[in-house]
Amino acid sequence: MLDATKSHFDRLPHAPGVGYKPQHFSDLLENAGSVEWLEIHAENYMGDGGRPLAQLRHLSERFAISVHGVGLSIGGEGRLDPDHLARLKHLVGWLNPASFSEHLAWSTHDSAFLNDLLPLPYTEATLQRVADHIDEVQEVVGRQMLLENPSSYLAFDESTLEETEFLREIARRTGCGLLLDVNNVFVSATNLETDPISYIDAFPLDLVGEIHLAGHDEDHDDHGKPLLIDSHGREVAEPVWALYEHVIAKGGARPSLIEWDTDVPDWPVLEAEASRAARILETVV
Amino acid sequence: MSVDQTLFREALLTPDAPRPAGLSDGVGQPAGRRFDVYRNNVAVSLTEALETAFAVIRKLVGDANFKLLAGAFLRQHPPSSPLMMFYGAEMPEFLARFEPTASLGYLPDVARLELALRKSYHAADAAPIDPTRLQAMAPDVLMASPLVVAPSLQLIRSPWPIFALWDFNMNGGPKPTAGGEDVAVLRAEMDPEPVRLPAGGGTFLSQLLQGAPLGLAFETAAAEAEGFDLSHMLTLLIGANAITDIGDTP
Repeated sequence: MLDATKSHFDRLPHAPGVGYKPQHFSDLLENAGSVEWLEIHAENYMGDGGRPLAQLRHLSERFAISVHGVGLSIGGEGRLDPDHLARLKHLVGWLNPASFSEHLAWSTHDSAFLNDLLPLPYTEATLQRVADHIDEVQEVVGRQMLLENPSSYLAFDESTLEETEFLREIARRTGCGLLLDVNNVFVSATNLETDPISYIDAFPLDLVGEIHLAGHDEDHDDHGKPLLIDSHGREVAEPVWALYEHVIAKGGARPSLIEWDTDVPDWPVLEAEASRAARILETVV
Repeated sequence: MSVDQTLFREALLTPDAPRPAGLSDGVGQPAGRRFDVYRNNVAVSLTEALETAFAVIRKLVGDANFKLLAGAFLRQHPPSSPLMMFYGAEMPEFLARFEPTASLGYLPDVARLELALRKSYHAADAAPIDPTRLQAMAPDVLMASPLVVAPSLQLIRSPWPIFALWDFNMNGGPKPTAGGEDVAVLRAEMDPEPVRLPAGGGTFLSQLLQGAPLGLAFETAAAEAEGFDLSHMLTLLIGANAITDIGDTP
């Protein structure tokens, strides 16, 4: 369990941020608009030097930075990769970001990294393993982390816990905070035919240190039922905005990130998404 | 029934393998092609990473062939770490063994050059030496000293015209002609540039990288290439901020 006095929970502004893309470097410095903070994928800044680190150093003087890991494989059956943990510790120590987060997922098994966020069954055994891994991460990195809810395309027959129960219990055991991805909630609820409002109402919103918003694609399963894909390649969908308004009305303002990772648009398009989040955040004080 | 990650991974990386049992759509039907979302994410994201990393190889073999090649590569060599910036280190050896490309002898060295460019891009920053320090040294002391080169400097030596192949495909440079080329990757600021070295240049740089004193590096290069121009070579390296210090005399 992490010492709560070390928490940096409130250091991201309760305002919009965007996932940083190098093509927006100049736009951000000249005309950030409503964007007050940036999120980076930790693994893209684990080289020894060059442009990525130089840009990050520059941006960190102007914007609060959230470090978001995509490769730690916290849900992996094996032990966490000590080399990767050391790299995270180094990056977080060097940058002193406002927030550090990772995913409820696995991506590495038998030393093969699969470059995707793979799903977990919600059982007591998984819960204990994930909690142990989060304890280790927080111990090594030396600060509280936020854990993000996944987008699901399928369910495990062996699951015995609801995802919201699972996340609440992980946070209770480890002292970690939660990152609520509202698009993931909508994608999973559509795909698994559950109610997204009930999910939000069961979610421990007081533990949420950051919110994610992103676009998804629409596909179908073998039976013609909708299958939404968490693609991060377009505008946030209308029902996801509605769900976000519900979250903010119920839980209050939170740092809110627009993620757009593929088919990255010109800056004004991305900034417009952030402005929309800003208007919703302004509805609560 | 429980689905362990060994089973899940095997099914992910084997396109025709049966999907694991014990996975559903959440309301009682087998997961079916829902599992293929993950299969697709893995294959597409790794293929795209390889397309970015090996843009010249892709042009040389064509888009469709590169997709086949990438599909075979990613199953034999899934990334060994989450640092996708360094994914594909095994590509040169893979291309040499891969049946459809084995006859294209130059591909492995072109892949080495593309790897070297990425390595250089992410290499540590290092302040260049003040050239007046070199000018102020007595010539015999200078020749007895090794030079420390920037971490971003890379050397690729090849019996194939790898610079010309790179330049032709990336910049529309002249059509490559037969003959080996030694290429230095130099990063003056943030952007690595491949530079074709004159005769003897590859041997000279190779000596410097091994820590040989400047005089020995020069003599070895001059023995191989008559008329090897040391001052031209030093001007090139200093101009690209590739010399960072004077090493200790061995």
